[in-house]
Amino acid sequence: METFFQQIINGLVLGAMYALVALGYTMVYGIINLINFAHGEVLMVGALVSWTVVTMLAGAGMPGWSLMAISLVCAIVVCAALNFTIEKLAYRPLRNAPRLAPLITAMGMSLLLQTLAMIIWKPNPKPYPQLLPTEPINLGGPVISVTQCLILGVTAVVLASLMYLVNKTKLGRAMRATAENPRVAALMGVKPDMVISATFIIGAALAAIAGVMWAANYGTVGHMMGFLPGLKAFTAAVLGGIGNLGGAVVGGILLGLVEALGAGYLGPLTGGILGSQYADIFAFAALILVLTLRPSGLLGERVADRA
Amino acid sequence: MKNKIIVFILSALALLALPLLAQYFGQGWVRIMALALLYVMLALGLNIVVGYAGLLDLGYVAFYALGAYMYALLASPHLSTNFPWFAQMFPNGLHTPVWAIVPLAAGLAALAGIVLGMPVLKLRGDYLAIVTLGFGEIIRVFMNNLEQPINLTNGPRGIDSIDSMSMFGFSFGKAIEIGGYRISSVVLYYYLFLALVVLSVIICQHLETSRIGRAWMAIREDEIAAKAMGINTRNMKLLAFGMGATFGGVSGAMFAAFQGFVSPESFSLQESVLIVAMVVLGGMGHIPGVILGAVLLAALPEVLRYVAGPLHQITGGRLDASILRQLLVALAMIGIMLARPRGLWPAREHGRAAPAPVR
Repeated sequence: METFFQQIINGLVLGAMYALVALGYTMVYGIINLINFAHGEVLMVGALVSWTVVTMLAGAGMPGWSLMAISLVCAIVVCAALNFTIEKLAYRPLRNAPRLAPLITAMGMSLLLQTLAMIIWKPNPKPYPQLLPTEPINLGGPVISVTQCLILGVTAVVLASLMYLVNKTKLGRAMRATAENPRVAALMGVKPDMVISATFIIGAALAAIAGVMWAANYGTVGHMMGFLPGLKAFTAAVLGGIGNLGGAVVGGILLGLVEALGAGYLGPLTGGILGSQYADIFAFAALILVLTLRPSGLLGERVADRA
Repeated sequence: MKNKIIVFILSALALLALPLLAQYFGQGWVRIMALALLYVMLALGLNIVVGYAGLLDLGYVAFYALGAYMYALLASPHLSTNFPWFAQMFPNGLHTPVWAIVPLAAGLAALAGIVLGMPVLKLRGDYLAIVTLGFGEIIRVFMNNLEQPINLTNGPRGIDSIDSMSMFGFSFGKAIEIGGYRISSVVLYYYLFLALVVLSVIICQHLETSRIGRAWMAIREDEIAAKAMGINTRNMKLLAFGMGATFGGVSGAMFAAFQGFVSPESFSLQESVLIVAMVVLGGMGHIPGVILGAVLLAALPEVLRYVAGPLHQITGGRLDASILRQLLVALAMIGIMLARPRGLWPAREHGRAAPAPVR
């Protein structure tokens, strides 16, 4: 039973990070129907920027949490600027092009960012210093680290503010209108280009937060670290119904739980034949199963094919 | 018309003579050309799925991997060294003839394509993309981990000492001499792949203009309308998946024979992305375009790997050849799409009036 609760905690933490990244995918998809393949790489850039700031300021004698906050702000600023530029250079010119064209530039962008990160930060993986107390908190059996608490807390705050932003503010209304129909939104005085830029900036900020959390939780950063979270978060977004914000959160948490429980129980249940390395298969098998039963994802609406 | 024939004969001669010239500059160049031909085959296969039927498949490399591992298992000592009962059955190791392996590889890949296609064909475009991507990853995880409890794939270390291709008692693995002129094994493979590419082009050309091809394109343009016209969209989509997968499986078998070694590293998601990029960059659904895209993305960066040696020293090791190659592929993908969103050599625009029927 203890393993169970421990895996639930691990799954929630993992799921929270997936959810942060998945929101970026889903917001972009909801507005311009593009799978932003470079999103995982934005997370990677965020983590590496944070690492650079932390190592630069390491000698200044600041407490760990403030160091982390400063590096987080830097990461958010850099990622927001980066994603804004990417959209402007690689996606905006192709807005009315055939559907696959922006997808290919997105894949190219992903490869480009990986390569540039490899050139700037060297290809070797780097240790991310422990900034928060390492003493785990005992919950009467299962334990949770301070970093994991922080991840859950930050995710909750970010999700709440995002929901407020999208549902209650003027920008949020403009975003929803653009997602519904850009042309009509423009007639109502919304500037679609600005809304799309704002979406990319918000998505990048979320990815940067997730990147720093990921680095703090796993303790290493490198130019390839964006691949797996990106892939999983994309899966999570589709699982929940791509384009649907609540769906991304549900999908992310579900995927995290499935993976953690799969990793914890797969070995013992199958008598050691299938080890925890098959947890990845679990995630994708869950995706295929859900999509077979509900072709638009868990919370996705049944939309008619566009002509 | 006469001009066309002359151009055709000249280009055929050039393609035949190319490796003989290139081998003077080193075997490496011929190798690159042979691999480029393999990519052309893969791109032609994916073009059936993405270009004709309009189904975005991001896990195409899984079928390539299935073909390669099929060949590797059936034509290497791997199974006999790992299973004693197997070694008793085949004391000399399993050396299945090509005529059995290639159809098996093709059949397995086609089956996998149809099995994958069955549950997911209801999905709309982008959902399909992620599911195929997931399928590719599943296959890769299996390749990486199926050394326990039974050692089937030898994990990340891969399978080596795979037999080279041989048919009619003629081995592609050894160099031959014709009248004192030495033709190396790589060149022989080049000719084999060239023949296969020509065969693929002929098959694709016929598919494109056939009833099936037109049905695929109708589905691509508007699935509901295609259905209304009496096309069995489900079977047609499954056929596209299976057909594309067959190409992947055959190419995989060729790859295993050519390399003599397979490991999961060759079948990563990046490879799938690269093949999709070849099809889209060249011009979806247009055979010459797809060939151009494949050759460009497969061969050009490899060539630069040779040219860019000095760059490594200039930049103090930061910019070595493989990084430069990646950089170029990435820039090409972005640049070409921005300049030509429909691909380098796209098919004719749809929607023009059909030619008047001949009475």
